[in-house]
Amino acid sequence: MAIYLTKESKVLVQGMTGAEGMKHTRRMLAAGTNVVGGVNPRKAGRSVDFDDRAVPVFGSVAEGIAATGADVTVVFVPPVFAKAAVTEAADAGIPLAVVITEGIPVHDAVTFHAYAAAKGTRIIGPNCPGLITPGQSNAGIIPADITKAGRIGLVSKSGTLTYQLMYELRDIGFSTCVGIGGDPVIGTTHIDCLAAFQDDPDTDLIVLIGEIGGDAEERAAAYVRDHVTKPVVAYIAGFTAPEGKTMGHAGAIVSGSSGTAQAKKEALEAAGVRVGSTPTETARLVLDRLAQ
Amino acid sequence: MDLYEHQARELFEEHGILVPKAEVTESPREAREIARRLGGRVVVKAQVKTGGRGKAGGVKLAADPAAAELTARQILGMDIKGHTVGKVMLAQPVDIESEFYVSYVLDRAAGRFLAIASAEGGMDIEEVAANRPEAVARIPVDPSEGVTTAKAAQIAQVAGLPDRTVDVLVRLWDVLTREDAVLVEVNPLVRTSGGQILALDGKVTLDDNARFRQERWGTQEAAHDDALEAAAAAKGLNYVKLDGEVGIIGNGAGLVMSTLDVVAGCGARPANFLDIGGGASAQIMADGLSVILSDSAVKSVFVNVFGGITACDAVADGIVQALESVRLTKPLVVRLDGNSAVEGRAILDGRAHPLVEQATTMDGAARRAAELANAH
Repeated sequence: MAIYLTKESKVLVQGMTGAEGMKHTRRMLAAGTNVVGGVNPRKAGRSVDFDDRAVPVFGSVAEGIAATGADVTVVFVPPVFAKAAVTEAADAGIPLAVVITEGIPVHDAVTFHAYAAAKGTRIIGPNCPGLITPGQSNAGIIPADITKAGRIGLVSKSGTLTYQLMYELRDIGFSTCVGIGGDPVIGTTHIDCLAAFQDDPDTDLIVLIGEIGGDAEERAAAYVRDHVTKPVVAYIAGFTAPEGKTMGHAGAIVSGSSGTAQAKKEALEAAGVRVGSTPTETARLVLDRLAQ
Repeated sequence: MDLYEHQARELFEEHGILVPKAEVTESPREAREIARRLGGRVVVKAQVKTGGRGKAGGVKLAADPAAAELTARQILGMDIKGHTVGKVMLAQPVDIESEFYVSYVLDRAAGRFLAIASAEGGMDIEEVAANRPEAVARIPVDPSEGVTTAKAAQIAQVAGLPDRTVDVLVRLWDVLTREDAVLVEVNPLVRTSGGQILALDGKVTLDDNARFRQERWGTQEAAHDDALEAAAAAKGLNYVKLDGEVGIIGNGAGLVMSTLDVVAGCGARPANFLDIGGGASAQIMADGLSVILSDSAVKSVFVNVFGGITACDAVADGIVQALESVRLTKPLVVRLDGNSAVEGRAILDGRAHPLVEQATTMDGAARRAAELANAH
């Protein structure tokens, strides 16, 4: 089962022929992902060899879907082309678009967010590492070889913190890990993933990783309180971040008194979620909870 | 990137929004000349990127050019919430009949912009919203339609603003979208006794991600108040100066934020945020180390890397090469974990630099870096 991505998923890569696209398509294939094609209008009709596999290049997402039945696209195009790429994917009716691209202007994200929602396309990201269902499929840039398949679901705003937790809990393993991205406007949220993990029979426990900025974690806490019966363990980064400074991720900023790590931690704890003070302690809390 | 008030004022003016006549200067002597040009009586306003200027004494009325010079002299160099005043704006006083509040802000949860408007302007809008939420209208804007005249009329009507603000609301939306801003706020928007609608004070935040299509921003480069931040920015580093003793280098924004917290939890204060991203090349490691080592407050440095896509042996090679070009003057604690961590650690052991030590866990490394910083 897992969420959003399984070994059945047929994956297109928009921007496959660029440097990042090439590098990560090779990694995705190595992780078992069924990459059925790349999209690049200037290289349509050709194919690209990845070790033992030739991956065809299509002129558009619609052509790729028509030829392969693709149901996931991973977007690696540069920020200037991202809005057009996501809009095209939504127009083609793709169910899931994973937008890895970092540095997309907020107005573009707002526009394609509304557009994709109207077309019924789920977006993960932008500015995210994508998602992985270990042992089945990997859509994005998450390193596949640091963990194994298991029964923990993970949702996170941060890439490297996701990797850190995946690695610390590698002996337990994960159903699906979703990096939702650190931008102010994102498609799939903590709440979407909580709901999906709650319904996923292959997930026993959910790890939620948040960081300063916005109130997504507070809203996730309310959702856990009202709708999630599976155990949830959380980690929040950014307690020492000063007000008004952007900490790496475009969305990671404390504005006035809102968006602080402390407020997020308190909201989660009030909802019965254990919150670790370091990534390692968070992993320990997961182990404790699973041992109960 | 936040703009100064005078920059926001210029943007408003370019988009056809009425603003008071005003000029900016760094010199008290010139302030006198400006006041003379503006008719003698002026408001002298500190140009700092923080709120609460008025309460801090950064906004004062001057009765004549001589008083303007004196007031400018008092305000220039003043410290307002950690920001040193480098410029003042002198503006013609306005005869205010009533004050309003309008802004377009990003509603992150909904993924679209929100118009916020109130007939009770001039005050802290968060306070008004907390005490009397019914006095503040919050209206979502459909991104595919934007703020049309009809939408603006709806906003004005719900908020109880006069009809003449409708045109300003449409023009402010133009500022937001055409200038790639993520925040446009006018507080107060005023009606003068002559019935004109004027933007008296404004705040604009531009979207750094849109720099590639906003070429004119080159001239409005975010001034880094801090010399180390300026040096880091010049090297293209993702660096934020903090007030501590433990220099921090890590890969990935979330991991670096987490590293700051873990160091703080060990009883030391982080000196900076520095995310070297996925690549972690020798060059970026050397650049990062040289900026951090030039911070005189730094007593120890913690390099915290999780090898995901970039394997730890490549990171270790980067550190070893960086140590060729940067003279290490403070102890360096390195934690390598994840892909090829064992190989990476062996490379650093082989280099055997007397000031470099390793720890295998993030928490252990943070404790050691804190200890080293506190021992000095």
